[in-house]
Amino acid sequence: MSMFLVFIQKAISQGISILLGANGEIITEKSGNLNLGIPGIMYIGGVSGLVGAFFYENAVSSPVPLVGFIIALICSLLCASLAALLFSFLTITLRANQNVVGLALTTFGIGFGNFFGGSISKMAGGVGQVSVSVTASAFQKSIPGLSNIPVVGTLFFSYGFLTYLSIVLVFVTAFILNKTRLGLNLRAVGENPATADAAGINVGQYKYFATIIGGAIAGLGGLYFVMEYLGGTWINNGFGERGWLAIAVVIFALWDTRKACLGALLFGALSILYMYLPGLGRSTQELFKMLQYIVTIVILVVTSMRKNREDQPPESLGLAYFREDR
Amino acid sequence: MKFSGMRIRKRSKISKGEAVIVRLIAIVLALIVSGFIIVAITKLNPLQVYAGIIDGAIGTSRRVWVTIRDIIILLVVSVGLVPAFKMKFWNIGAEGQMLMGGLAASALMIYVGNSIPNGLLLLLIVIASCVAGMLWGIIPAFFKAKYNTNETLFTLMMNYVAMQFTTFCIVFWEKPKGSNTVGIINAASGAGWFPPFLGQKYGLNLLFGILVTVILALYLKHTKHGYELSVVGESPDTARYAGINVKRVIVRTVALSGAICGFAGSLIVSGGSHTISTSLTGGRGFTAIIVAWLAHFNSFIMAAVSALLVFMEKGAVQIASQFGLNHNVSSIITGIILFFLIGSEFFNNYEVVFDNSEAEEK
Repeated sequence: MSMFLVFIQKAISQGISILLGANGEIITEKSGNLNLGIPGIMYIGGVSGLVGAFFYENAVSSPVPLVGFIIALICSLLCASLAALLFSFLTITLRANQNVVGLALTTFGIGFGNFFGGSISKMAGGVGQVSVSVTASAFQKSIPGLSNIPVVGTLFFSYGFLTYLSIVLVFVTAFILNKTRLGLNLRAVGENPATADAAGINVGQYKYFATIIGGAIAGLGGLYFVMEYLGGTWINNGFGERGWLAIAVVIFALWDTRKACLGALLFGALSILYMYLPGLGRSTQELFKMLQYIVTIVILVVTSMRKNREDQPPESLGLAYFREDR
Repeated sequence: MKFSGMRIRKRSKISKGEAVIVRLIAIVLALIVSGFIIVAITKLNPLQVYAGIIDGAIGTSRRVWVTIRDIIILLVVSVGLVPAFKMKFWNIGAEGQMLMGGLAASALMIYVGNSIPNGLLLLLIVIASCVAGMLWGIIPAFFKAKYNTNETLFTLMMNYVAMQFTTFCIVFWEKPKGSNTVGIINAASGAGWFPPFLGQKYGLNLLFGILVTVILALYLKHTKHGYELSVVGESPDTARYAGINVKRVIVRTVALSGAICGFAGSLIVSGGSHTISTSLTGGRGFTAIIVAWLAHFNSFIMAAVSALLVFMEKGAVQIASQFGLNHNVSSIITGIILFFLIGSEFFNNYEVVFDNSEAEEK
């Protein structure tokens, strides 16, 4: 029983980065922008929070956890938004191809993350790995009192702020997309920008808005990994393929953030399942890690076979909008 | 003076000279910005930075050939992606297709490496790597043709299946045991390694690179297949109306695309690293997508862009290692160059018109 509890707890902590990335990508894709730069943006979001906290902790003699927390959060949101702004500028204003810009952004972002994450400590004249334990302690702080309740406390109240924020964001996003004028307009832009344009919706503005908000949320996924998961340090390529898994979860969830919650939990569980199954050799473990990608492919194929109208990607996903081409 | 009359208009056409100038300006700007970044990090003076880059890329004859070898790999993958892209099939699975090709090459080197003549082995390696890459392309192509399954996401996922499959194989091949790496395969016998050609270690890579590029350009321009795939790319409905079997063209074209990417995998393994790991591709499968697209599928421009990117990457790695910084700085530089080139495309396709008369009418 206790091992099962630990498994669920670990699966959740594996899934939160993926969930934040998927949530950001869903908002982005609802506007018709397929942002393959999300993995890069998540690296940028993670490393910029880390660097911000690092400079703060080095500048003062006794850093306050809450201040480091706020600085890291702001740096992360700001840099991830800037990266998403670059994507938006190139694809919306300069009308470049989305796949191409996204992949370039991912190349850039991963390099940016690994470079600064790996060398910031050295560049500032220090030795060893970068460490911002004070700030990380604020991110890791669980709900006092409640987390001590046996079982329930472990399962529901043992996480840090970003975990709860990611769950709140899921429902806020679902509400905005499905129940408000803003969400309706955004979906219209993603489905059929020409019609939305004719109805007086500012297509470019919505696309910019959705892509930047989406990028900022995805960036938090990187920050979660660096602060709450790693405890305020950096491992080169440690973030791994979580960014691509986030894009896979978007497909899994059929563009619904609530289903993304389940998808992220499932993917998180699949990524560590091999550690909990007895009798697996090293080679079988590697095959197990393939499962998450196979599951995504199967879902992709099945939804395309069923052709259910509710389950399809936004109609204009990946296409730039030219008013004069209408 | 009102600026509200500014608007964007599609260019009817742009002269070759103008297009080249726009790209050159973009490259110069990219070099200035990336130079600034290196200067900011290393505190070197800018001239030293550029001298360091040139030295890192072509400083010795060995470096020249390593640079050439890597340019060829990037070029071959870019060339491999062209048929799929021309058909508007977004094959972003080159990473996986290369990896499968490299895996096939390694498997042959390990299992039959020392039991058959080297010439035959090399032939088998080339064939097997093409087939492996082809298979990795055909799977998503089949579902695209049959059910219109989104190929961008499908091919993307196939990359990671290939990556896990590679780690799976490495468990069996690792040497020494427990190291999780394969080490140099056939280090003593050199079986399955490309032999020197015209006295150069990487001469054969260069020859293969040029051959693949030329053959593919001819295939696209002068064969029925090449014509069919471009019609499908322009409009599948037109193609169907003209009696082209669209499904067959999709599968055939992506099979070709995958095969060339798989071949690039063998160029890396047999023609370079002589080992296999998941970092074999080094993101080149993704970079090649951008190269192919930026070059509008023109072989010469693809070669030029590949050369620029590899040159800067080698230079940046050299500077990074001199300063004990990590080599990821080269990805930052690659990213910056790509952003500028992508941005410059806009000025080739559109023009900004200041149209004041219209504004005054309002």
